[in-house]
Amino acid sequence: MYRVQTEPIDLSELVRYVTDAEAGAIATFIGTTRNNNEGRKVIALDYEAYPEMAEKELARIGAEAAQKWQIRRMAIVHRLGPVQIGEASVIIAVSSAHREAAFAASRFAIEEIKKTVPIWKKEVYEGGEVWIGTQTGQPLQR
Amino acid sequence: MKVRVKFFAILRERAGTAEVIQELSEGATVADLWRGLQKDFPKLDVPGIRLLFAVNQNYVGSNDPLRDGDEVVFIPPVSGG
Repeated sequence: MYRVQTEPIDLSELVRYVTDAEAGAIATFIGTTRNNNEGRKVIALDYEAYPEMAEKELARIGAEAAQKWQIRRMAIVHRLGPVQIGEASVIIAVSSAHREAAFAASRFAIEEIKKTVPIWKKEVYEGGEVWIGTQTGQPLQR
Repeated sequence: MKVRVKFFAILRERAGTAEVIQELSEGATVADLWRGLQKDFPKLDVPGIRLLFAVNQNYVGSNDPLRDGDEVVFIPPVSGG
């Protein structure tokens, strides 16, 4: 399951999707929106995507993870549009026979999302807003 | 030939439009298209920005030739997650 959506992400839907009788582990990662960035108070966030390509890239990340580790099933859902502070912007769920693969694959997926998936975050501050990554023309170091 | 260009995020705001059809000569590359667009939309020139390029939803190089009907997207630094 590799998807972008404007509705809130339902963790239990992803967990159900990756649940597998041969799995001994399910790892989940939830990326949430923070109320501050580089010393500024963030009052609102807005995500935009190139949706067709974003879903394709999410699927590529899943396929690559499956080549690197013995995982059973994987789901990645990223939220688009306005997201309230503290809500989930991305959720990753992955199942595997043994826990190491699930931990490693979920870590890999979030790192890759930040590098290659065409999704952009706009942060709104009091008195201004910015597309993250474009302030200096270089991607932010995370 | 004609290609469809889609703008997202900072480039969409700077272009003032989400999509444009651009006429190009045969053999034109992604870089040629970008140069032409900057003439039509001068604000697209974001100082210091590092762009990636996608044709038909796949990352490509700036010297890749375009074909009639291609969908081209200039990808500003991504910030999902």
